[in-house]
Amino acid sequence: MQIGKEQVEYLARLSGIELDEAEKETFSRQLLRIIGYVEQIGDLDLSGVPPTAHTQDLTNVMREDECRPGLPQDAALAMAPDRQGDYFRVPKVIKSE
Amino acid sequence: MMDIGRLSLSELSGKALAGEISAEEAARWFLTRAHEQQQINAFIKLDDEGALARARTLDSIDTEARASMRLFGVPIAIKDNICVAGETTTCGSRILQHFVSPYNATVVEKLISAGAVILGKTNLDEFAMGSSTETSFFGITRNPHDLDRSPGGSSGGSTAAVAAGCAPCALGTDTGGSIRQPASFCGVVGLKPTYGRVSRYGLVAFAPSFDQIGPITRNVRDAALMLEVIAGHDPRDSTSVNRPVPEFSKLLDGDLSGLKVGVIKEHVEGGLTPLVAKTVQDAMLALERLGVEIIPVSLPHLNYAVAVYYILGTGETSSNLLRYDGVRYGHRASSYSDLVDMYRKTRREGFGQEVKRRIILGTFVLSTGYYEAYYLKAQRVRTLIIQDLRTAFERVDMLMGPTSPQEAFKIGEKIEDPLTMYLSDIFTIPANLAGLPAISIPYNSEGNALPVGVQLIARSFDEAGMLRVARALESDNSQTGKE
Repeated sequence: MQIGKEQVEYLARLSGIELDEAEKETFSRQLLRIIGYVEQIGDLDLSGVPPTAHTQDLTNVMREDECRPGLPQDAALAMAPDRQGDYFRVPKVIKSE
Repeated sequence: MMDIGRLSLSELSGKALAGEISAEEAARWFLTRAHEQQQINAFIKLDDEGALARARTLDSIDTEARASMRLFGVPIAIKDNICVAGETTTCGSRILQHFVSPYNATVVEKLISAGAVILGKTNLDEFAMGSSTETSFFGITRNPHDLDRSPGGSSGGSTAAVAAGCAPCALGTDTGGSIRQPASFCGVVGLKPTYGRVSRYGLVAFAPSFDQIGPITRNVRDAALMLEVIAGHDPRDSTSVNRPVPEFSKLLDGDLSGLKVGVIKEHVEGGLTPLVAKTVQDAMLALERLGVEIIPVSLPHLNYAVAVYYILGTGETSSNLLRYDGVRYGHRASSYSDLVDMYRKTRREGFGQEVKRRIILGTFVLSTGYYEAYYLKAQRVRTLIIQDLRTAFERVDMLMGPTSPQEAFKIGEKIEDPLTMYLSDIFTIPANLAGLPAISIPYNSEGNALPVGVQLIARSFDEAGMLRVARALESDNSQTGKE
């Protein structure tokens, strides 16, 4: 398994995180070691072993679909880094032609 | 004057209920102590004003209304990844530095209705990712027993606060050992409940299939009382389990003879420091004295636990932490070219190294072409580890062993080497993978320079049995310690 700087850059892009050159270098070195370590699970014969996603017997927890009070709009917007009226404001997404 | 700092939680609330001390006096005592112990940096924020106001309100409640409050006037410290309404919940991260919670976590609601007084929010590894409380944006926390050493992590602020007498109890969270390992390093009791026993509503998620909130206290009796207060089904957390909560604090006493406790061979065969090895050996002998039958058991897949945890945990992390995008709350970068650049710069500035490393690792194990080789395989190995534990519990009632392979390490000793840091969680991770309850209690052996904890792991929802054994071990240890 190879984790070069380019792959770290690709993963960082998928993760929505900008990294500088030094971080790419450090992470590629560290991830190589960590992935080298976790690869030991490849030694096991896992045929017929089902995957576990969680440890409980719970399936489909249901409740009545009833209206209940939620977080008031102002409280929900109170922590917004950029608010305009009743909206979260973000940089323009759609470019004009 | 009585020493407020030495009272157990039930003594403290008993005296406050009876009016022998006021809730304000108790809060003031611990706040003063916490301010004196600032070099430990256990707290991100101490809320003097809020705590004293709350204590005065409690003092004005009439006797009848007080009677049902099981933690009346008991001060408590809360790990800063648990929401307290109107207070900042930073998760030890720059990205949430100024985030004020709009609501209370369920556990906080329960503590408040029980009459507890929140002293402040404690430090943690950023987003609870770490084993040393060195990755917080708000600085490192120090071990009260030796300021050059780490308190462990990620709940190191909570365990250090309790160990230093800044709070009689605290809440921590445990995803891979984050309550138990720092409890072991700081010489306090730390309990991770069965997954689903305690509501996670209002806990900032990091790896939701593993996270649990639990008590950190100075003794087992206090842990039982706190668990009793915070446990229970919560419709707002669909993973919380609907089953009755026993009165743990009333089920602590009893004969242990005939009980079978397993000692995991892989736990005691090498890898332990001499002090930890001796402590576990002594605890085993103590259990035998108490009439317990010690049975060696094997967990053949134990050695894969760390690998499985760091694949699944980081996968869950990378997905969970996508919500920190600088749009709805939290830090937003001040300059950027467009929306995607805003996300990338916000997260670059907002997250520290360990969080970035885990997000990127998690993105890798979930990415096309690698998902089956890593994530899906790890989920299958998780099944094997659960089966190992299930097999062990067919022969024994409980498992006992070290909480951590070593006593508290030095600050800076492991921080540059993430893999070595991850490996220090080897004994605590299996309980999280299987959702089982586990507890670390301090165990003093002759010549202990630093605290060492022993861990008990019990069957699902058998916290009562686990606490009973823990209490017997603690009591036996304090008697032999006095000789």
